Amino acid sequence: MGHPIPRCPHFNLNQSMKRNVVLIIAFILTAFTTQAQTSLSILQTPSGKSVFPPLPYAYNALEPSIDSLTMSIHYSKHFKAYYDNLMKAVSGTPLADKTINQIFANIADVPVVVKNNAGGFYNHDLFWEVMGPNSGGLPTGEVAEAINKSFGSFDNFRKAFDDAAKGRFGSGWAWLIVKEDKSLAITSTANQDNPLMSTAEVKGIPILTLDVWEHAYYLKYQNKRADYVTAFWNVVNWQAVAKFYQNALK
Amino acid sequence: MSQCERTSWEFPALPYAYNALEPYIDAQTMEIHHTKHHRAYFDKFYAAIQGTELESLCMKHIFSMVSTLPLAVRNNGGGFFNHKLFWKVMGPNGGGEPQGALAEAINQSFGSFEKFKTLFNEAAANRFGSGWAWLIVKEDGSLAVTSTANQDNPLMDIAEVKGFPILALDVWEHAYYLKYQNRRPEYVSAFWNVVNWSAVTERFEKASQ
Ligand SMILES: [Fe+2]
Ligand SMILES: [Fe+2]
Repeated sequence: MGHPIPRCPHFNLNQSMKRNVVLIIAFILTAFTTQAQTSLSILQTPSGKSVFPPLPYAYNALEPSIDSLTMSIHYSKHFKAYYDNLMKAVSGTPLADKTINQIFANIADVPVVVKNNAGGFYNHDLFWEVMGPNSGGLPTGEVAEAINKSFGSFDNFRKAFDDAAKGRFGSGWAWLIVKEDKSLAITSTANQDNPLMSTAEVKGIPILTLDVWEHAYYLKYQNKRADYVTAFWNVVNWQAVAKFYQNALK
Repeated sequence: MSQCERTSWEFPALPYAYNALEPYIDAQTMEIHHTKHHRAYFDKFYAAIQGTELESLCMKHIFSMVSTLPLAVRNNGGGFFNHKLFWKVMGPNGGGEPQGALAEAINQSFGSFEKFKTLFNEAAANRFGSGWAWLIVKEDGSLAVTSTANQDNPLMDIAEVKGFPILALDVWEHAYYLKYQNRRPEYVSAFWNVVNWSAVTERFEKASQ
């Protein structure tokens, strides 16, 4: 409650009245800010939330596969910085009225600061969504069928995804995507690039992703990225992946 | 580069104890960095060149034609060389400012030591993703600050800005995450307390030979 109340010589507001005024001002500010942020099409991301998206579960929900401290720093520092820097970079520019997909589709035309932070924002948003507590196991239904059709078996798919995640040198992401012909493919991208970007070597709509920047695993796994990749399968939320698969087919 | 040949490859010991750079760089980070990351680059690099004609060449020669070589040579050869230099240009009782000819060259190329530091800090902070910041001696003898992605370096033929590296800072997250997490700028500030300027001066003299 840092809002100063202007001193008024005629009325002596008591404490509870002061608090009410503060709450009303805070409410108006919040409503105004939310309104302003909602108008930014750029924030329409996989989670469908247009403001800084809440983590869909507690920081400790993915223990022991991904530790609470990592989740906390990853969400509240790294992800938040991408969000803030993206807002700063697009606010007041024509880019704020574009959807994030439109920006990715013409990524070579935007400043590199927009590219990096839009990627960082979108990629992490999807990453949080495709993980969850009480997860892991195998996919079912149509996405399972599509995996079998494109990769032969779930094990073949998993091995190819593991190789993409382990083989990405430096910082980046591994992806399961739906290509234009509706088949599935695995790919990886450097830094905060993603397969929606017009510059991507392999393009498609992401339905599963894994962050292989060292910040995603270093506190718990240090140099052992392979162990982190193995642990990831315990927290994949296949229902969410199925939802993104259905959306991608539309 | 005919004079640059070698007969053996060795994984270098760290020139000081793992805790020698405390509190700026913590012992656990140094130990994992040296025994796991650096070691893995060396092992993979050696596996990539063993039994090939590259085995008898020096790093400088290999880097000068790295675009024509397998990616494993570029990534792991870079990782091997870069870390070896990084260990060398740090040390206990480091910090302060360079003296003599190096100090003069810094003033001449950047205006002042402070201006050089600012440029170097920016190069380290702005390298997006994994990579390195460098102080190099260019072909014309002037100094320049640059940065490279991943394990690339300014000796490589693919480098945008080429030169002989005399100071290096690792800005992969593994270099600072245990102690500094997302706060890379704090790690970069701390680095100046462990720079071994006499080692940097030696590199500087070697560059002009
Ligand atoms: Fe991340
Ligand atoms: Fe390193």
